[in-house]
Amino acid sequence: MGPSAIMTAYIARRLIGFGVTLLVAAMVIFYLLDLLPGDPAQFILGINATPDSVARLRLQMGLDAPAYQRFVEWLGGMLRGDFGMSYTQRAPVASLIWDRLGVTLPLALAAMVISILVGLPLGILAARRRGKALDTSIMVLAQTGVAIPNFWFGMLLTLIFAVGLRWLPPGGFTPWGEDSGAALRGLILPSLALALPQASILARVMRTSLVEVAGQDFIRTARAKGLTMDEALWRHGVRNAMLPVLTILGLQFAYLIAGTIVVENVFYLPGLGRLIYTAILERDLILVRGATIILIIAVTSTMLLTDIAYAVVDPRLREGSRT
Amino acid sequence: MSLLDVRDLVVRFGDVVAVNSIDLTLDSGERLGIIGESGSGKTLTALAITDLLPEGATRAGRISIDGAPTPTTERAMARLRGKRIGMVFQEPMTALNPLMRINDQIAEAINLNCLHASAQIDTPQLLAEVGLEQKHGDRYAHQLSGGQRQRAMIAMALASQPDILIADEPTSALDLITQRKVLSLIVEICARRRMALLFISHDLKAVAQVCSRVAVMHKGRIVETGSVSNVLGAPKEDYTRRLIAASRFDVSTHQQHSVGAPLLEVEGLTRDYRQRNAFLLAGKPLRAVDNVHFTIGTGEVLALVGPSGCGKTTLAKIIVGLDTATAGSVRFAGQSYRGRDLPKALRRDISLVFQDPFSSFDPRLTIGNSLAEPLHLETGLDRAQTPARLAEAVSAVGLDPAMLDRYPHEFSGGQRQRLAIARALVTRPRLLVLDEPVSALDVSVRGEVLDLLARLRAQFGLTYLIISHDLDMVAAMADRVLVMQAGKIVEEGRPSAIFSQPQHQLTQDLVAARLPELG
Amino acid sequence: MKRLLAHPSLAIGLSATCIFALLGLVSLVWTPFPITEIDIGRRFLAPTAEHWLGTDNLGRDMVSLLMSGTLTSFSVALLAVVIGVGVGVPLGLAAVAWGGWVEWLVLRLSDFVFAFPAVIVAILITTLVGPGAINAIVAIGIFNIPVFARVARGGALSIATLDFVAAARLAGLSNARIALRHLLPNIMSLIIVQGTIQMSLGILSEAGLSYIGLGTQPPETSLGLMLRDAQSLFLIHPLLSIIPGLCIVAIVIALNIAGDGLRDAIDPRLRQGPRNVLA
Repeated sequence: MGPSAIMTAYIARRLIGFGVTLLVAAMVIFYLLDLLPGDPAQFILGINATPDSVARLRLQMGLDAPAYQRFVEWLGGMLRGDFGMSYTQRAPVASLIWDRLGVTLPLALAAMVISILVGLPLGILAARRRGKALDTSIMVLAQTGVAIPNFWFGMLLTLIFAVGLRWLPPGGFTPWGEDSGAALRGLILPSLALALPQASILARVMRTSLVEVAGQDFIRTARAKGLTMDEALWRHGVRNAMLPVLTILGLQFAYLIAGTIVVENVFYLPGLGRLIYTAILERDLILVRGATIILIIAVTSTMLLTDIAYAVVDPRLREGSRT
Repeated sequence: MSLLDVRDLVVRFGDVVAVNSIDLTLDSGERLGIIGESGSGKTLTALAITDLLPEGATRAGRISIDGAPTPTTERAMARLRGKRIGMVFQEPMTALNPLMRINDQIAEAINLNCLHASAQIDTPQLLAEVGLEQKHGDRYAHQLSGGQRQRAMIAMALASQPDILIADEPTSALDLITQRKVLSLIVEICARRRMALLFISHDLKAVAQVCSRVAVMHKGRIVETGSVSNVLGAPKEDYTRRLIAASRFDVSTHQQHSVGAPLLEVEGLTRDYRQRNAFLLAGKPLRAVDNVHFTIGTGEVLALVGPSGCGKTTLAKIIVGLDTATAGSVRFAGQSYRGRDLPKALRRDISLVFQDPFSSFDPRLTIGNSLAEPLHLETGLDRAQTPARLAEAVSAVGLDPAMLDRYPHEFSGGQRQRLAIARALVTRPRLLVLDEPVSALDVSVRGEVLDLLARLRAQFGLTYLIISHDLDMVAAMADRVLVMQAGKIVEEGRPSAIFSQPQHQLTQDLVAARLPELG
Repeated sequence: MKRLLAHPSLAIGLSATCIFALLGLVSLVWTPFPITEIDIGRRFLAPTAEHWLGTDNLGRDMVSLLMSGTLTSFSVALLAVVIGVGVGVPLGLAAVAWGGWVEWLVLRLSDFVFAFPAVIVAILITTLVGPGAINAIVAIGIFNIPVFARVARGGALSIATLDFVAAARLAGLSNARIALRHLLPNIMSLIIVQGTIQMSLGILSEAGLSYIGLGTQPPETSLGLMLRDAQSLFLIHPLLSIIPGLCIVAIVIALNIAGDGLRDAIDPRLRQGPRNVLA
């Protein structure tokens, strides 16, 4: 079997795992929320509705069908992009989520990019100056950064840059369509707040990984070829040290998406988090269901991408010789 | 003026002196061997010369190449090392970058050091010189065999056309036949290129084969140095004499024993491993053991030899009940089993001694606790008798029962292997399966352990099945030898007959790969 | 124990963690002022001799709130670690000791649970049973399960290939006894180190969940809930937000330093130093 066939097989295997995970997750979410008391039809019609009209609406909404049938319908709907109707907002769940993703996704992506651009170079620098003052200072910074709750850091940033210096808006969001410059400015502080702990974690992982790689035989081989330690680390070390970092990156993006839910609250951003929070308060189960499955799709597909990236970097993994 | 001149070299880890004031010279084209056991400082000496010491180690002394002291700045030293010195390390798997193709790693060495136009050398040429095919260059390290990896390492070391090659235990991670081939390759290349060789090894025979001059290191010092024929033929120092004696495997008590009725019969044993291809479909099964038949008589020492991967360890695992055969059966003392189904009552009669004495004891348990574990198999045993049984086993291997309260890390490798044998004896077994019983030990203690095994056999009337790749050890210990290849027994006979007139191709290769005895 | 305390970072981290834990525990029997005592007349006091850190928007004493909040944060994180260790470690050990389909199942299960970040679990639970501190414990605990399962499996996997495990099998020990007698003691240090890491992550997660209203609810208090209460006021009374935040940062740093110190003190790989160069 050629290398490309092995790669295809690897990706195919991951894709199947991805599909199964999503299917089971959808099931868990559906049945959990289905356990809840409360009748959407009653909710829509209000307390004064006659039992007769409630029953008619239930029939119309398909609520009387057995659970598995409604589950299959929900799944089929999602495949067509139909996530159902929110009965509190009287709008299709898909379009509600889509609007909010316009805030949440750019925010998570920006935070990711910032944390990579800051965290990885600092980690490499610290590893190459191990034991020196620069290393110590970077690690103290990272130790602090890991410990700061992102939403609290957001508050501090607002206090300094929005209230004190008045450089940036303290909160709220101008939709992309109206003024994309203003939209971008609105995301600067939140993405910084999200990026700080992530960058700190990346710096620490990168440093540990590179220090470990530096002690390995092939670095000694590279030095025996005539490279200095720094050159050997740069040419041979960083790529090998990236393997554990990649794993962390995948998990991090997943949790960044979840983290946006918290940070949106600080900056009054109309993202997925606020949508879900209102949906919980108003017991809009169809909306909660749609939004959580979207979050899980985001998390799972990130992990899928990480796995594939891992295989691209590491030839051993493609052949399944790594457990 | 010597090519390489080392004066008063000292390597320290903090307060610990690992290399203590040694002097070495290497003339151009000369082949110098450094012999020493683990911990003698021989590897650190090589790393100190090339300024590749691990972190935490400091170095003092004068090192000069062609009379000029080696540079002090890191970059200049690195470039000099690249240009003048080629290096080959022990473990070729970890010494190669796992994420880079072999070609690219060789090309890097060429580009770094051959900027001047006169050097006409390229990767295909180097691959051919070390006996690799061009397709091997396109692979990654994990796609090559151990021997091929070491050849790739040698190609990299040759890329800068150095005049010194430092080879640190280059063959000890390889199997016997490959070992011999790689040694010959190193000698041949050194001769052709008139390259000086610094060969570091614990294997006296390999040094005798490769080198013209030798230095013996012990506890950080060079205890004896001179031409190979002088030092190994007529050693002056006591330590050298002991090393030489230990490499000969003169098991003093070895004599022919009477062999009794069959104790263990292996009948048509086959073990398949399911292999999955990348699509997770069942592929062709890998047959590790293929329809093997043999018998061991009571009181006999049977040796099973073969290259790594020939299935000998799998076979041993089935016999002791750690793995289950796909087909066939084993019959022990009249009872038949297939592996893991070995009846509990019989388990106490078959013991296994592991290869690596460092991993065969749980570091968190006292030796006594570990030794008592197999006594679970004796259901009728009174708890109160346990201490007596442990003391009996420990005394049998020549150690003090007071050691039972101590932890594994307090013992040396040789002592641990004795304790491992004691654990195997604690249930008073009839058959001992010994998996490479001395190959992880230092040369100087191998003889002691083999003597102990010979004595125990006489004392308790034990039967041994020895798994090994070491023909010299087998020749000294065994009554009968089975040669195994690709899961099949290909030859059988008395050691003297097999090693003087090998019939099968593999046996012939094994015997040919054997390094000549010293002296 | 002496050897452990010889590491300065471990000693510092551990003692700082203990001080915070003690402050929290003391709040069970004594706080300077009762935290339920609302006195609008005394609200927004700046730090005084009586109220060392001032009072909040309801006139409650900040020191008392901090002590009580620290206790909640610690308890939530600790219980979540207990859930993670209690379920995850046996799963990881079983995967190694039994192998085969048990291992496959444990791996798939942990992959699956990884797809549910604590926030999502908290959302689901809150929708089901309403908000509360228990939600945070369960949500963070569920997230901890695959973490510990993987750490236990990874550690046990490298132990299981060692000869002493095979020797135990030869001695007729069952899978469960091998897991308990040989695997577990040898991975304990890994689990303790991971435990401190998950403690600090748990405290951060609890803060986040309580802050968005999915965790601890009044009249209970936690550090995250204090930040939620202070949020609408933090432009006018920033101290009300800054103090609990600093407290979280300090606790998490203390735990992380203790964890790093523990790793240095007990990770045999780091202690052994370079292995193959001494050959």
